[in-house]
Amino acid sequence: MAFGAFTATAAPVDAAPRKRSLVALFLLLPGILYLALFFLAPLVSLILTSLQTPDPLAFGEPGAYDYAFKWENYATVIGTYGEHILRSFFYALLATIFALLFSYPLAYFIGVTLRRFPLVQALGLTLVIAPFFISFLLRTLAWKQILSDEGVVVTALKGLSLMGPEAHITGEPVAVIFGLTYNFIPFMTLPIYTSLQNLDLRYVEASGDLYASPARTFFSVVLPLSAPGVISGALLTFIPAAGDYVNASSSFLGGRDTQMIGNVIESNFLVTQNYPAAAALSIVLMAAILILVSIYVRKSGTDDLL
Amino acid sequence: MSRFFSRLSFGKYAIWIYSILAFLFLLIPIVYTIVYSFNDSRRSNIVWRGFTFDNWTQVCQAQGVCQSFLNSILVGLTATLLATILGTMIAIALVRFRFRFRNSVTLLLFLPMATPEVVLGAGLAAEFLTAGVAKGALTVIIAHTMFCISFVVVTVRARVAGLNPALEEAGRDLYASPAQVFLRITLPLLMPGIIAAALLSFALSFDDFIITNFNSGAFVTFPKFLYTAAARGIPAEANVIASAVFFIAIIFVVVSQLTAAARRKRLARE
Repeated sequence: MAFGAFTATAAPVDAAPRKRSLVALFLLLPGILYLALFFLAPLVSLILTSLQTPDPLAFGEPGAYDYAFKWENYATVIGTYGEHILRSFFYALLATIFALLFSYPLAYFIGVTLRRFPLVQALGLTLVIAPFFISFLLRTLAWKQILSDEGVVVTALKGLSLMGPEAHITGEPVAVIFGLTYNFIPFMTLPIYTSLQNLDLRYVEASGDLYASPARTFFSVVLPLSAPGVISGALLTFIPAAGDYVNASSSFLGGRDTQMIGNVIESNFLVTQNYPAAAALSIVLMAAILILVSIYVRKSGTDDLL
Repeated sequence: MSRFFSRLSFGKYAIWIYSILAFLFLLIPIVYTIVYSFNDSRRSNIVWRGFTFDNWTQVCQAQGVCQSFLNSILVGLTATLLATILGTMIAIALVRFRFRFRNSVTLLLFLPMATPEVVLGAGLAAEFLTAGVAKGALTVIIAHTMFCISFVVVTVRARVAGLNPALEEAGRDLYASPAQVFLRITLPLLMPGIIAAALLSFALSFDDFIITNFNSGAFVTFPKFLYTAAARGIPAEANVIASAVFFIAIIFVVVSQLTAAARRKRLARE
């Protein structure tokens, strides 16, 4: 949705009057300076911090570091936390796929099936965004209780002998992937809905008139026309999911063996005060996401995303 | 032929059934949270021990809940105000003016939305650490304003682009000063977009945990309270606050959708 909005409004901009003045500068400067100071400068700060070396005079006191160009920090964190980095991207990828499979039919229902009933359609949209109105942490905790060993789901599955007596759901990868999927579903559903809402149904009719099977119509007409929504939705789900550390935290849905890169950054920064390691991991995460996103965008043919 | 129709209608029903189940699935943790706000819990709110209104009538009894809620409101309002002003100005400039570096500006606005929150949070924390700024309410407000700006620009920009320039021109033709044109024509026409952007900012700020956690120090917002309390058990009073916020937000959305529908109907009749 947010990503699409940058492209959707591109056309009127070209029609804007060709004038340049102090007014434009006055309008832009405060916001741009703000972002330079509190978005760009922090990134520079992260890079500098990631190259720091322990202060030799502090005798191993936590949090005491000197500026240096210690590039080995990167090799160290990738060696130590490579597993967490891969796990983050693996979990985020699965969550994105599950969210897409869950969201597409739902978005089609709201955007196409309910098109003739505007009020019901509005109700459907409200239901999709309803999870946003209850705290992110509380809805994740609610799932933790529901999926816990004493909860309904585990009791039922064990009663039906579908789960071993010693098996758990919470604390396992399945719970973390489930939580990531659930929490980011609205980010997937809304952009797909926006694309499908604008879908001209006469194309679908035309495809049917030309004897295309419903499946053929879906894959050759509906899906390509909703591709911008799918791409936006995938990015809006994958990026926050890869950096999330709430779902994977052991006080929420995760356990000892589900820690993601976000958990490692948090504990290094806020608990052990190993700032260089936390900063290096942040840079690795951001670089990996930018590379993956640009490959994905190029492959899916939306070069004009910006 | 009849087989074709029965398959078609089954397909029709299938998507209805699927979607209703999907809606119910989305609502599960919401209903759980609301139901457990009425739980007669003693220390941890995990096991159902009976129905009570006590949590609702004595919300502030649980230590720190109300203070954290007020802190979140304060941060949300301040960050929303700042981000809405800065973002609206950028949105107007982007649509109305041509200038060099416009692609760089667009990229600078896009990047914060494409950056994982943990990187935004750690980056700001590293900067505050280097600059020797003590973490607290101020650093949280600075952080929230930063990530809200881009969302404001995206929301307001669509509205500016859809604005009919003839209306402002008419104002100028009738000898309105530039200030009058802006205050009496442009701003009122942009208002729905600005309000939508402000609501979005407030919602993002109010529910943010990850960036807050890196930059709050001892300052506790509502999500941070929940994260700290999660290890030892969330008090039912926290469910009360979250449920109340949920109901207010839902009422807000429903009322605004109903008024929008009524306006569409009126416009269609005219």
